[in-house]
Formats: sequence, C-alpha cells, structure tokens
Amino acid sequence: MSEIPKEEYIKTCTAACAGCSSSLCLRYVLKAAGPDTVLVIPACCTSVIQGVYPNTSFNVPVYNIAFAAAAACASGMSKAFRSAGKKTNVIAYAGDGGTVDIGIQALSGAFERGTDFLYICYDNEAYGNTGMQRSGATPLGALTTTTPGGKGEFKKDLDRIVAAHNPPYMATACSSYPLDLYKKVKKALSIEGPKFIHILAPCPPGWRYESDRTIEMGKLAVKTGSWVLWEREYGKLTVSGPSKAAMKNPLPLEEYLKGQGRFKKATPEIIAKLQQALNKNLERIRKEEEGIC
Amino acid sequence: MLIISTGNKAVAAAVKQAHPSVVAAYPITPQTEIIEQIANYVANKEIETEYIPVESEHSAMAACIGASVTGVRTFTATSSHGLLYMHEMLHWAAGARLPIVMANVNRALGPGWNTWAEHTDAFSQRDTGWLQVFVGTVQEAYDATLMAFRIAEDERVLLPVMVNLDGFSLSHIMQSLDTVELGDFIPPMKLPHAIDVNNPMGYGPMTGPADYFTFRWDIERSMRDARDVIRETEEEFARRFGRKYGPTEDYLCEDADVVVVSMGTLGKEAEVAVDILRKEGIKAGSMRLRWFRPFPDLDLKGKEVVVIDRDYSFGFGGVVAASIRAKTGVECYNVIAGLGGQEVTYDDIAGFVRDRKIGEEMWFGVSE
Repeated sequence: MSEIPKEEYIKTCTAACAGCSSSLCLRYVLKAAGPDTVLVIPACCTSVIQGVYPNTSFNVPVYNIAFAAAAACASGMSKAFRSAGKKTNVIAYAGDGGTVDIGIQALSGAFERGTDFLYICYDNEAYGNTGMQRSGATPLGALTTTTPGGKGEFKKDLDRIVAAHNPPYMATACSSYPLDLYKKVKKALSIEGPKFIHILAPCPPGWRYESDRTIEMGKLAVKTGSWVLWEREYGKLTVSGPSKAAMKNPLPLEEYLKGQGRFKKATPEIIAKLQQALNKNLERIRKEEEGIC
Repeated sequence: MLIISTGNKAVAAAVKQAHPSVVAAYPITPQTEIIEQIANYVANKEIETEYIPVESEHSAMAACIGASVTGVRTFTATSSHGLLYMHEMLHWAAGARLPIVMANVNRALGPGWNTWAEHTDAFSQRDTGWLQVFVGTVQEAYDATLMAFRIAEDERVLLPVMVNLDGFSLSHIMQSLDTVELGDFIPPMKLPHAIDVNNPMGYGPMTGPADYFTFRWDIERSMRDARDVIRETEEEFARRFGRKYGPTEDYLCEDADVVVVSMGTLGKEAEVAVDILRKEGIKAGSMRLRWFRPFPDLDLKGKEVVVIDRDYSFGFGGVVAASIRAKTGVECYNVIAGLGGQEVTYDDIAGFVRDRKIGEEMWFGVSE
C-alpha cells in the first residue's frame, strides 16, 4: 500500500453512515485522481457523504446534478475543460440507481460520443440514500423496502451494457481491495476517452449486517465469485489478482449470503438460481479471458 | 449587412457572433434549422465551438450546465416537448446561477401532435428562474439573441435567458435581416463561481431550509436587477446599432381608448388591426409584451384592454390576461386565439376589439 499517496481528499464534516464502504471507495478514487479533479454526482449517497451546506467534506470541487444527468453534465464539463486546454479529470461518481436505472440514457450517450471522462458506479445494490428501495442492480431474492418478499428478478448486467459501447477501458473493483481499485483508477485516468469502473460497495444498513463487517462482506463477495474483479483494456479482459484465486476454488455462495439480513427470506430455490447465474458468469469470464468467446 | 433570413437562421447567426465555447443540443421541429446551421458553422470551421450532439434535451441542458460552470459561454435550442423534457434541468441551471442562453421555438404540446405555434411550452417554464423574452420579427430574433448573452452574463443577473420565437410563423418565414458588426458589445464571460480546482467547493449540495430560502431570494433579487440590466443593454444596443427595444413594443397606445395586448408574431398583426380600427374611428393601440420574466410594469390605467392569449391555463384562464389583471388591477377581455398554430389575421383581431366584452373570456373559432 506504500504507493498510495498519504494526501486525503475526504476531510471532516462527512455525513456518511458508520461502515460506509462507498466513502472508502471514494477515498481511494480521489487519492488516485489527485487534486486536479472534479467530481460530478447525481442524487446518491455521495450527496450525503459530502455533508450539508455550507460545509463540504471533500477538497476537490463536487458538482451536484439531477439524478438522471451525471454523465451528460460530465460530458459538457469535459468538453469545456478540454477546449480550454485543461487536463482536469472529470469523474462522474454515481450510485447504482443513478447508473443502471434513471441515468442509463445519459451514460449511454456519453459513452457513444466518446466523452473523455471516467464514470464510476459504486454499487450498493439498491437506492441506499433514501433507505434501501429496490434498484435494477438489486440481486434476485434480496429484501428491500420495496421488495419486502425478496426481489423477483436478477440484477441488471450493467457491465455487458457498458461493454457494448466498446470503451477503451473498463474494470470492476470492490471497496475491500483498495490497492486494486487505486491502480485501476490510475490506469483509467491515463487513457483518453470514456472509461468505466464498477465498484461493489457493501452497505451495512441496507444489506443488514454489522457496520464493522464491511471489509469482510466485500471479501466474501469476491471469494465466493459473486463479484469478479477484472479489467478490460481495448477489449482484452484480464481477471485481477484477488479473483484469480477465487475463481479456481470459490467459497460456497452461502458464506456470502448468510451474514446479510437482506437474504434471510431467500429460499433454497432462489439460492440455487443465484448459484447457477454465478457459475454461468464465471464460465463466461473464463472463456473471454482465454479468448474463446 | 442586409440579408434575407428565416427566424431560425437569424438566431444561428447571432449565436455564431456571440461565439459560445459549447453548444449541446438535440433536434426537434421547428427548432431543427437552428442547430443544423450551428452544426454547419462548426463543421466548416466558421466558429471554434464544441458541438455536443446529445441523446436528449434533458442531457442537452445538463451538458450546458456542466460546460457553463467551468466558466465558458454555452447555448442550446429547443421547442415544445423538448423544452418540457429538459424542465427539471432548467431549475438546475437557474439555481446554479449559470448564464446559459437558449432559443425556444414556441410550439404546441401533444396530444394530438401539433408542430405549430403556441406559447404554453414557454409558460410552463414560468417558475424556473429563467428570463424569458418573446420576439416578433426575424430581425428581433437576431437582436434579442445577441442581447440575451450580454444580459445573462451580466454579474448583476447571472441567470439563464430563453429567447422565444413562434414556430413556423417566425422560425420558418423569410424577412430582411440587418446583421451588425458586434465589436465589444458582448464582453468575455466571467463567472465568479466557476469551478476552480485550486479553490474546491461543493456546488449545489444538501441545503437546509434557512440557506435554501436565501438562495431563492438571491434569484429573485437578480430578477429584479435584471430589469435595469435589460434596459441598459437595450439602450446601448439602440445607441450602437440603431434599433430600439423595450419591455413592450407599443403602437399608438398613448391616446388609445382600447389596447390590444399580445405576444410574438400576433403583435405585428395587431398593429395592422389598429390601423384598420383607427380608420373606423376606434382609438385603438397595440402593446406587444416582449419580456415575460421579469414581468414588466405596464401602464394600462384608464384603458380598455383586450388580451390575446396564445396559451391557456386549464381551469383558470389565459396566462397573460391573468398576469395583467394581477399586476395592474385592470380588467380585460381575454381572447384565447392562435392555439396550435390557428390562423389569426389582423381582420380577426380588429373583430376582437369591435366585439369586446370587458370582463369576459372568448375562445376564438370555438362554436358552443
């Protein structure tokens, strides 16, 4: 971890929940990006993490914009900075709701236009900011306040949607593997054009686990193969270190699910479906890495 | 230089001279010609502007907001459903105090689909914090667009400005256009709160009731100051380029017994109607309302007033008539006419005046 700068970009005044993994992600994202950076955020937990006016917990400029508009706003900002000869990093930092649901049109437009920016989706698999309602990223069987019996549909496959836009760089990450995240942000920002990083960000109140288990929860997601760390540069996929080992010999899925209150109503049938989808995903990633698909 | 131009091309010509750094836009009838023309300017390298072909009007305004907050000049154009689709972002633009200029080609709203002129689209944006000006000729479309940048970017205003022109009856008609040598009429844009990575701030974060209240008042204070800025800008425009504008365009109002109040292209029809009525011995005048926000002070005391509304607020009445009643205390004859491009001639308008029933409302062309 010695290569990670000591400089902090999230200071005091943050209004984040205890055990918030998204704050942790943002801490490393900003360390990688450095001070010549502007964050564009839609309605999401980050608008809470930043604190209440007149305070701000960040020491980079943060531009708050309407829920559906982060990628479009960042698009205009990036064009304006570049036309003025400025290299300033423009990072749209949005939750899963603002990405897979209401914001997906703007995301798609910005990627299609080749916008020079980094879009990061930190994914806590629900509308966390407003108290855990279902999003398109909520997994099958998970309890939310709007799926009190457990969600009946699978998580939307955001990565394949973004991949269809052929960005020069895209990657997955997890708050429990900060060095991996740090390196991916660094690499993304060294490349011109639209970049995408999808971070799994466990959420103690939303996923219903004790706040001191956030790191453990992310590690279990990776070790069971529920969340796979990889990066795709110019179309070439490489599985990242922590997931290489996990993919060879994944822990049983139940290890990940059992500690989360949100899966307490998941039946054996639901768990079997989740396991089946997980296996299929791992197989697809293996084949893609080997260049078979 | 004197040329022949459509209303749309006149707007584009003004935008070219104002030279925004970023134009983000989505095409919609009857606005399309404006952004096609700007796209051509960019493609032919006649202007150094970043043209962002966005995927929706919501994104058009979001991209203008993102660009504007870096401190550069921005422009977009839309119409009707496009304007309504970006409605949310109009609040964000005004709330962030960004001097974005937008042309709105006034068009009716579906259903049924109708691409012709009506003012309901713009009036739906009444409370967003945007300044709104309505123009009546191709020349005015050009002049008002130039002045819009200057007014929006004045540090006493720093609010976005919408230039409204009637769909087809102005956007697509050809009239003579006298373009100007702009000189330093529009100074370089200076945004005091432009994003600065060396002075990081949170823009638009969560704000409690007391601070939020202050921000709203700041917008209203600037709206009030905008009246002075508009007047000064229009006076300077007249000094430099010889064409005079004001909050209203008045025609034979001073000695008039009855005044027709209208907006947009119907104002020119009303002037011809006034000439006809004067020959009949009716002392009529025409007052074309140019600025809708900030709403001007109107002197209508002692006059009979006929208000033509090319809009309607369902369950209530015409928006312009309601505004005039509320602001002046003067009663009027409210004619609802021209909706969805309905043809309204000077003869029709003369008829409204002859048959006026002060205190009543009449829907032109609707049989009971």
